[in-house]
Amino acid sequence: MCCFVAPMAEAIVTTVTTIVLEHTDKSAKQAGELQVATKKQTVCKNLKVLSKMLWGGSVLLAFEHVWHGELQAFYPFLTAASSPEAMSQMWHEVATVGTSMAGLVTVTWAALMAVRSKFHKAVPAEVEAHK
Amino acid sequence: MTLLVTVFAAIICTALWYRDVENKMRLSPLCYMYWGASLMWFVDAIFEYAELRAEFFTPAAGDMLNDAFLGFSAVAFGLVIWLAMLLIKDPKGRFHKVA
Repeated sequence: MCCFVAPMAEAIVTTVTTIVLEHTDKSAKQAGELQVATKKQTVCKNLKVLSKMLWGGSVLLAFEHVWHGELQAFYPFLTAASSPEAMSQMWHEVATVGTSMAGLVTVTWAALMAVRSKFHKAVPAEVEAHK
Repeated sequence: MTLLVTVFAAIICTALWYRDVENKMRLSPLCYMYWGASLMWFVDAIFEYAELRAEFFTPAAGDMLNDAFLGFSAVAFGLVIWLAMLLIKDPKGRFHKVA
């Protein structure tokens, strides 16, 4: 029904976290804490990959829901919001299917990052700054 | 069928991304988009299988056609998003050259 809501919520959280980390990374660079800046840069890069996977997946899933007539352009946007029974069914689906979707994407991302970190070593902020 | 179409799109995009060493086509967002959607539809398929069991593997022809149509439309929608991002970033400077 609206299972994409859970991954979309996670996507919002990761995007906000990335923005905050990038902001603090700039302050760390200005303060000359290059090791802290390098760590934050790596975390930001990895989080961006997760956001892209979550946003991309959620957008395509939202498209599927529009296709099936479960999303509409006007208030209350979700056709399930028309009755309390449909609403409870929708929340149940978000809690089961949606959470599993977000969980699987996160686990896959973690595995991907673990493999990637074995092949690539973090570039120090000093080197990155000279690029 | 939607899952299958998206998985094939993800595999093709990943292969193209691997070929594009200079990253001039900015294919990685498209790969992440398709892989993200594939994983989500995979979870959806697991829940559907848990509900339908053997029936899950014998869908009606009409349903399959509708799902395939949806899959191709989703892939096309993803391509439109990627194209918009590519043209905005303009990594090869095409618009710059025209101007």
